[in-house]
Amino acid sequence: MRPLEDGVVDGNAIGGLLIEVFGTEMTTAVGTCGSCGTAGQVAELAVYRPELGTVVRCRSCDNVLMVFVQIRGVTCVDLQGLAQLA
Amino acid sequence: MSPISRGFHRRHEETEPAGRVPPGQYVTHDFPVLSAGPTPHTPLANWTFSIEGAGAPASWTWAEFQALPAETVTVDIHCVTRWSKLDTAWTGVSLDVLLDAVSYDAPYVLAFCDGGYTTNLPVADLRGGKAWVAYRYDGNPLAPEHGGPARLLVPHLYFWKSAKWVRGLRLRETDAPGFWEMYGYHMYGDPWKEQRYAGD
Amino acid sequence: MEGTAVRGRLTWQTAMVSAVTDETPAVRTLVLSVPDWAGHRAGQHLDIRLTADDGYRAERSYSIASAPGEPVAITVERLDDGEVSPYLTQDVQPGDEIEIRGPIGGYFVWDGAASDSVPLVLAAGGSGVVPLRAILRHRSQVGSSVPVRLLYSARSLADVIYRSELGAEPAGVQVIYALTRQQPPGWTGYARRVDPAMIAEVAWPVAQAPLAYVCGPTNFVEAVAADLVALGYPPQRVKTERFGATGTP
Repeated sequence: MRPLEDGVVDGNAIGGLLIEVFGTEMTTAVGTCGSCGTAGQVAELAVYRPELGTVVRCRSCDNVLMVFVQIRGVTCVDLQGLAQLA
Repeated sequence: MSPISRGFHRRHEETEPAGRVPPGQYVTHDFPVLSAGPTPHTPLANWTFSIEGAGAPASWTWAEFQALPAETVTVDIHCVTRWSKLDTAWTGVSLDVLLDAVSYDAPYVLAFCDGGYTTNLPVADLRGGKAWVAYRYDGNPLAPEHGGPARLLVPHLYFWKSAKWVRGLRLRETDAPGFWEMYGYHMYGDPWKEQRYAGD
Repeated sequence: MEGTAVRGRLTWQTAMVSAVTDETPAVRTLVLSVPDWAGHRAGQHLDIRLTADDGYRAERSYSIASAPGEPVAITVERLDDGEVSPYLTQDVQPGDEIEIRGPIGGYFVWDGAASDSVPLVLAAGGSGVVPLRAILRHRSQVGSSVPVRLLYSARSLADVIYRSELGAEPAGVQVIYALTRQQPPGWTGYARRVDPAMIAEVAWPVAQAPLAYVCGPTNFVEAVAADLVALGYPPQRVKTERFGATGTP
């Protein structure tokens, strides 16, 4: 597993956003990558926040697992990269 | 009703628009790095730039690309996150040169990049000396965190359209949303009309 | 979920700053009075939201510095080019209101339960010490005797947060500093950034089934976590929390 670059964070940093979206604590939920099958707790996923939105990626293969974009008070949520989130 | 935080204000006040700076922007002397994924490190020996979907598609290796006529331009760039950077100097190949190498009549492109990023543009906005594939910034080879070895440079649109780590263009009959456009960013992105989000 | 009828700890609520304490020239602790606080666990954080009079909003997350049951407190490091941290560390006064949301986090927590009764390695990069201090305070609170080694990487002694509290070293807690830029005269401790050799010297042996909590800037966390795993720590026993701030101690 390649080290994360400076400035990249993890799922802990979006704990509040995830509660907003899912209505519950999600950092210990396990996300399974739809591309490579690697499963990991949300707290340990790679989180990129380029200000335009939040992009959550698999630590193993960098596949996009989740995208959150908040525009005009509406949050767009894309979970298509996940095979499972439980 | 949120309480007002006494004395709190945004760090960067907007610059008064005076011709050079679009509405809602502030001028920065930094060059912020905004990335949606890890920095790719494609070896130059493996790098190609391609134009696909045309009658006679084209592809250039790095050596071939470096042999194309290039120009150095100084432009202002405007990010949708509100920073503008003035007088940035880039060297690259004009999209006019690249598009002249293919025969096509499609009106749109989807730019694609290492790491999977995409963004959509009208071909007309790549033509007429308005866009480049840039591989030098400020006289030096373009740094990886800023999109090196090469990025798209389309300064008249918001900078998310200037796709980092660009590897080619796919010509299309219809305008298909790229990465950020899918999630609600404007399909066109004219900073002078403040077209940040769909519906602006 | 603004606008929902049911107010609870998962929604924004207005807190009042009840006290401020300067920990170092660049770091301040804010004690908050939160009317509907539901309690928290050691290691959790809260989100704060500021609203300017033109409607501009900024949100940030800060680890909770206090133990469960103590008044909620956050410790904020002022970033020179920051937007929120200069406000929180210089402008905010007792009596001011701040919107908060929390507590948040179920991963980077230590409860002192039976399952947690193993030696702890706590590794702090700069202000990454904040949630680890909450863990240490909770450990004292519950009368736990698990052995702890806190490896705290800071630029200099002047940058060490909670220095006198850590200096009191409760029984069973060893605090090891790595001062990366400046050391006091006669310093015999680590005078460099954390590296595999340092981790090997500080970390509890794998055979003791220790738990590790690593918090700080991403580069720091990546290095320490990798070093622990290289020593044989199972990855699931190395908990990580990465800040985005660049420029580590």
